[in-house]
Amino acid sequence: MSIQVRNIHKRFGSFIALDDVSLDFPTGELVALLGPSGCGKTTLLRVIAGLESADAGQVLLDGDDASGTHVRDRQVGFVFQHYALFRHMSVFDNVAFGLRMKPRGQRPTEKQIAGKVHALLDLVQLDWLADRFPAQLSGGQRQRIALARALAVEPRVLLLDEPFGALDAKVRKELRRWLRKLHDELHVTSIFVTHDQEEALEVADRVVLMNQGAVEQIGTPEEVYRRPATPFVYGFLGAVNLFHGRVDGEGLRVGDARLPQQARGFGEGAEVLAFARPHELDIVPDAGAGEGIAARVSRVLAFGITARVELDGLNGAQGQHFEVEITRERVDRLGLAEGQAVRLLPSHLSLFESRQAATTAGAAR
Amino acid sequence: MAGATTLRLGAAQAIGQTRFEARAATRETALVKWLILGTALTFFAVFLLMPLIAVFVEALRKGWETYASALVDPDALSALRLTLLAAAIALPLNLVFGVCAAWAIAKFEFRGKHFLITLIDLPFSVSPVIAGLIYVLVFGAQGWFGPWLAEHDVKIIFAVPGIVLATVFVTFPFIARELIPLMQAQGKEEEEAAVVLGANGLQTFWHVTLPNVKWGLLYGVILTNARAMGEFGAVSVVSGHIRGETNTLPLHVEILYNEYQFAAAFAVASLLALLALVTLGIKTWIEHRAAHAQHDLHEGQP
Amino acid sequence: MSTAKTFRVLPGFGPTLGYTLAYLSLLVLIPLAAVFLKTAELTFAEFWNVVTAPRVVASYKLSFGMSLLAAAINAVFGLMLAWALVRYSFPGKKLIDALVDLPFALPTAVAGIALTALYAKNGWIGQFLEPLGIQVAFKPLGVLVALVFIGLPFVVRTVQPILEDLDTELEEAATSLGAQRWQAFRHVILPIVFPALLTGFALAFARAVGEYGSVIFIAGNIPMVSEITPLMIITKLEQYDYTGATAIATVMLILSFTLLLLINGLQAWTAKRTGRDR
Repeated sequence: MSIQVRNIHKRFGSFIALDDVSLDFPTGELVALLGPSGCGKTTLLRVIAGLESADAGQVLLDGDDASGTHVRDRQVGFVFQHYALFRHMSVFDNVAFGLRMKPRGQRPTEKQIAGKVHALLDLVQLDWLADRFPAQLSGGQRQRIALARALAVEPRVLLLDEPFGALDAKVRKELRRWLRKLHDELHVTSIFVTHDQEEALEVADRVVLMNQGAVEQIGTPEEVYRRPATPFVYGFLGAVNLFHGRVDGEGLRVGDARLPQQARGFGEGAEVLAFARPHELDIVPDAGAGEGIAARVSRVLAFGITARVELDGLNGAQGQHFEVEITRERVDRLGLAEGQAVRLLPSHLSLFESRQAATTAGAAR
Repeated sequence: MAGATTLRLGAAQAIGQTRFEARAATRETALVKWLILGTALTFFAVFLLMPLIAVFVEALRKGWETYASALVDPDALSALRLTLLAAAIALPLNLVFGVCAAWAIAKFEFRGKHFLITLIDLPFSVSPVIAGLIYVLVFGAQGWFGPWLAEHDVKIIFAVPGIVLATVFVTFPFIARELIPLMQAQGKEEEEAAVVLGANGLQTFWHVTLPNVKWGLLYGVILTNARAMGEFGAVSVVSGHIRGETNTLPLHVEILYNEYQFAAAFAVASLLALLALVTLGIKTWIEHRAAHAQHDLHEGQP
Repeated sequence: MSTAKTFRVLPGFGPTLGYTLAYLSLLVLIPLAAVFLKTAELTFAEFWNVVTAPRVVASYKLSFGMSLLAAAINAVFGLMLAWALVRYSFPGKKLIDALVDLPFALPTAVAGIALTALYAKNGWIGQFLEPLGIQVAFKPLGVLVALVFIGLPFVVRTVQPILEDLDTELEEAATSLGAQRWQAFRHVILPIVFPALLTGFALAFARAVGEYGSVIFIAGNIPMVSEITPLMIITKLEQYDYTGATAIATVMLILSFTLLLLINGLQAWTAKRTGRDR
């Protein structure tokens, strides 16, 4: 089932949680709502579910306006952040709950319910826990039971609020892979909320980046990572180096240094923000002059095939810190050592006009 | 480190020590400890234990026969019936109210909520004598509805309805007070989950909310019951003390006592003291159960 | 753009709140308002005459004085009892812990006659006090004993959970910083427990001022000496002096409401200080 969100506004007192949000979620996709805490992602999820009503705007489920439909009748599956398992019921009873609550006419027989519950528990690979109580389960097991419970009523969409938020790192990774696999089997339109960029990029078909109640960018994980649309997205997704520069003829001037990149679309002398990923910077020996930003090596971390080099800015870039990812081989070739003065040359730079950029980029860090 | 601490505390509990006794920094010297413990227990014995024992000893002073005859006295039996009746009416009324109030207050946000909680607590801070007085002012012969009631031959004050009203008033907050903090602490995620899964209001309350608060609810009910059966001041004002008609057990105790029938007074009193002990027993059992459930909740996490 | 229809996810808000308000108004608020309306029938001079009559004033002094004293005694010994129950292990602890609530559960009339039996001249305790020239029953001291009895659980039950929550590490830190045991209590534990202790004190005081059943048997009810204020209301009622009774009730109600606000404030303070919800 497709979900469309049209011009949703929602405020809590003076806090604006959602500011004119419009989004399309195509049928069968697994979409991540990604953003820092307080960006409105959970509120949006709850509005879609019907657990929160929007101040204005519409939620369309399969093209029908669902704004007046009670959450009970929306046929959504919702997995709560802390699972909200009924602690006085066994795992079996938890999963069976939705089926047993159906009006008498539509309610399956206990035998059918049992069959369905066991099938679902098989699906989440926890059939052997049917008689346990939630308190006796590990965090990861609870999460999977919560999912099975939500799936029992055959929801048209599945909504997950920070599904892995309360789990430790190892379990998180396992469950992520498992959720992806499950989605590929079931193909239920699913939306999950997360503040963990790695999680969003790894699991989702499509990522929606949100900040301060508004959508910053929508795209496949590759798109949003490769081509961030705003300084906020740049700052939020992955490590990044930031330069404050000015357009200067054919190139860019950063402090005392010159960079060869062309700044198309910007006027001469315009103030710009330039972003480069750690792997988009190269280190060259300091020849005293020429192109590149002067910096001094502060630490070299060479554990895997790539090495991470941390540098402090010099000459006009004082007080700034940079992070560069280069091959270990190159580190050896350059003979990098702590305290050494070098220059940084970007292989690729993304530019944004400074004034508009300054405010949001600040919020992103 | 944490493991070692747990082990040490485990060992301490095994030999019956509290976690405070097991650690050097939270222990007093033996002298101080025995001084505090001795004083506290003496105070307890003099002010709580001795009155309780006195009731039973005085009740049996003249032997079992006098004791039994005081209890099967027709006036005592009719007082017992009235006491049970008043409690049987007040209890369900306050139960429904307590559940409604707790649901509205714990599961929804609205303005003036704290003020409402304070108002619900109000009967606790009003002297029982005033609790009786207010119904005299409303329904008594001189009261607002007095003339109208007299005309229609309805008796409230100095009759059973007045006793029920006074009982409802003094036991008004107990159940709501137990349930509100409990239901607030539970949050509403489980209820929301139930609604998302298609449960309606009553199903949600019955299958999800109630099982989570049942111990608190039971606790509120037994407190209400104990207070309803034992109330003296408020009931005394509205009862009129008509023997065999508007006397409850506590009022019957007073009458016997004032007539110098001490053994009989204490015999009836011992019945009420027994009720108090049963109440405390159930309360302790509920707390034990609730703590057990809590313990299970934490134990399960690997 | 259409405005979304707002609805509440959980049902039943309207009916439950409506019922709550109706029930509260009918049984508590409107009857309580009757007290103030009835009092308003008096002129201020009449009102003042009733509430400052010498016998009534004597009853305030007794009720308030003894209630304060009883609450103070309970604060000291209640804290000790709570301390012993939380910190020490001794035989019969569970039983004693359960019996602390006895004054909540025991009908006041039963407590009243039991205390009288104990403290009368020939009673278990009274017979030992008599030779010392101390008379308890039928004297103001008797009122104090009854008020101590009914107030004790308030202090113990407000202080106990705070003591239970105390982290042993706090005292270990204090000790490691060189504090003596007494200093650790005085500067670390007491400030944490204090708001709860004060709340317990106020609750015990509020209950004591309005108490009737457990006091009247042991007090002797001698005019100007051992009559408590609630008894004055009863006395006026028995003389069919409804306005007089109501005037005194008004004074007591105003005091009760003030105390209630104070206790609410104290509890909010405790919650803030200890991070507990009430």
